Amino acid sequence: MLKRVPRTGNGRNKIPAAGRNGSKNGKNTARVAVLPKINNLTDTRHILAHAAKDAKAHDYLIVDVDAHVTETAFWSEIVDRMDSDVYRQMARAFKERGGSPPGLLNATPGFLHQDVFGRIPHQQRLGEPVPGGRTHAQVTLVRRAMDSMGIDYMVVFPTPMLVLGMHPQIEMEVTIGNAFNKWLTEEILPQDRRIKAMLYLPFNHPEESVKAVERYADTPGVIGYSVTSTRYRAVNHDSYMPLYSAIQATGKPLAFHSGFHWGDQSMQQCNRFISMHSISFVYFNMIHLTNWIINGLPERFPKLKVLWIESGLAWVPFMMQRLDSEYMMRSSEAPLLKRRPSEYIADMYFTSQPLERSNMQLTEATFDAIKAKTQLLFASDWPHWDFDLPSSITTLPFLDEEAKRNILGLNAARLFNLEIPKHKLIKSSREPASRVAVTA
Amino acid sequence: MQEVAVGKLSDIADGDYRVFALDNLEVGIFRTGSKVLAYENICPHAGGPVCQGKIFHQVEEIITSDKKSAGLRFGKQRHIVCPWHGYEFDLATGCHPGDASVRLTPVPVAVRDGKIYVSVPD
Repeated sequence: MLKRVPRTGNGRNKIPAAGRNGSKNGKNTARVAVLPKINNLTDTRHILAHAAKDAKAHDYLIVDVDAHVTETAFWSEIVDRMDSDVYRQMARAFKERGGSPPGLLNATPGFLHQDVFGRIPHQQRLGEPVPGGRTHAQVTLVRRAMDSMGIDYMVVFPTPMLVLGMHPQIEMEVTIGNAFNKWLTEEILPQDRRIKAMLYLPFNHPEESVKAVERYADTPGVIGYSVTSTRYRAVNHDSYMPLYSAIQATGKPLAFHSGFHWGDQSMQQCNRFISMHSISFVYFNMIHLTNWIINGLPERFPKLKVLWIESGLAWVPFMMQRLDSEYMMRSSEAPLLKRRPSEYIADMYFTSQPLERSNMQLTEATFDAIKAKTQLLFASDWPHWDFDLPSSITTLPFLDEEAKRNILGLNAARLFNLEIPKHKLIKSSREPASRVAVTA
Repeated sequence: MQEVAVGKLSDIADGDYRVFALDNLEVGIFRTGSKVLAYENICPHAGGPVCQGKIFHQVEEIITSDKKSAGLRFGKQRHIVCPWHGYEFDLATGCHPGDASVRLTPVPVAVRDGKIYVSVPD
C-alpha cells in the first residue's frame, strides 16, 4: 500500500557545506547535487525528471490514451463497492491471509515478471510518499506523471484486471468490473477533469455489458468503453450486437485493450516471459480484429469508432496484408465486406505504445499504412515497464509538425471530443527538445 | 573543458556509485577499487536516468557440451540497468550486451589527492 505522509521536499539531496561543494579549478563556483538511486519508493517526479525537461521544450497538446491505475493498491475500496454482500465478505476474508492478496481477483502474481525482477522499480510498485488529505493517492500519482511528461489528458485503465476476462466465474468479472467502474467514477474521475476513462465492460456477460454502457453514458469523465482483449470470446457472436448498438448510440468509442496471459495453452510453449509477452500482448487483438473485420462488423455498425490499445503497431500492416491476400481469394466467406480488409482497418484507431522503432523504414511504412496522421493516438502506458514518452513521437524523423501534433493529441481530442486548453491552441511551436533518438 | 570536483573518493564505497547533477551535466561515478569510471546519466534508448538505476551482474546461460541448457547463473560482468525500461550496459565498456553501438557516453574523470574530478564543457 502507498504510504501517506506530509508533503516533503523535492528529494534532491543537495550536498551541504564546505568541502562537499563542487569547485571549478579550485573556485567554489559549480553547483553539485547528488541524485538519488531510483527504487520503488522514489517519487514519480524524480523518476521522470528527464521527461520533464523535454516537456518544457514544447507546447504540444498531449493526450495519453492509455495509462494505468494500480487498482490492487486500493483493493479494499473496490471490494467495498461490490454489489453482493456475500462477495464482499468473500473478498474481505483474503485480508487475513499472508500478504493480503486481492481477494477474488484471478491475476497470478508469480507470473508477473514485468519489472525484470527488480530492474525496473516503477513497475514493481509506486510506493512513494503521497500527501494525506482529500486528494486520492491514485490521483496524486496520476497528476505527478502527467505533469512530468507534459500530458494534458490521461486515460486510465486497470492493471491486474486486464486478465479478468479469463476468470472462470463470469459473475466475478461482472462483480469486480462493476465495482472498479464505481470506484473510478466516484473516487478518481471527479477529482481531476484531466483524468478520463473508458470504462470496463464485463464482456463475458453481454447483457451486463449493455447495462454498464447505459449506466455511465452521461457520466463526466467517461469518454468510452473498453474490452480487455485477453479472453476466449468471439467478438462477432450475435449476443454482442445489442452491446455494439448501445455503444454506437452513445457516440463514444469502443476500445480493445490488450494484455498477456501465460496460462494460455499456446503461450505455455514459451519458456521466457519475454517470448510470451512479445506474442501474447498482440495475439488476442489479432484474433478479435480478424473476427471483427471478416464478419463485417464495420458494415453493421458503420458509426461505431473502434480503437485498439497496447499491441504496438507492427502487427497492423501484417494483418492488413494477410487478410487482404486471403480475402481476395475467399471473398465468399466474408460476404458483408464491400472493401478490402485493409481499408476497414485503416479507418480504425490505434494507440502508439509500445512503439516499435528498431527499423525506422518499417516504422514509417507502418505509419503510412495505418494513416497515422489521422488515426494514431499517443499512449504512454505509464507506469508500466515498457512505457513510451511523448519523445517517442516527437523524435520520429519522418513526421512533419502537423502529424506530430495530431498523433500526440489532436486526433484524440477529435475522437473523444476533448476540450483543448487555451494555452495549447497556439499554432506556432518552439522546436521540440533534441532528445537523443529512441532506438527501439 | 573544465574540471569540477564532485566529492571525495572515500564517499563512494568500493563497487558502489553516485550520481551527480552539475550545472549542465548529470554524471554517474562508478568506483572499482581505486579506479573510477564516469558516464553521462542519459540512457541512449529514451533519455532515462540510467546511472540512477541498479547494478546487476550479467546473467549467463550455461550450455553443456552437447548444446543443452543447464540453467542460468550470474557472471562477473557488472551491468548498470536503466530504471526506465531496463536497458543494461556493461560498466566496463558502457555497451549494451546485445548491441555495442547502443552505449553510454563516457565522461572524463580523474582522482587526485582523494578527490574526484570530472571534466565538463566550458
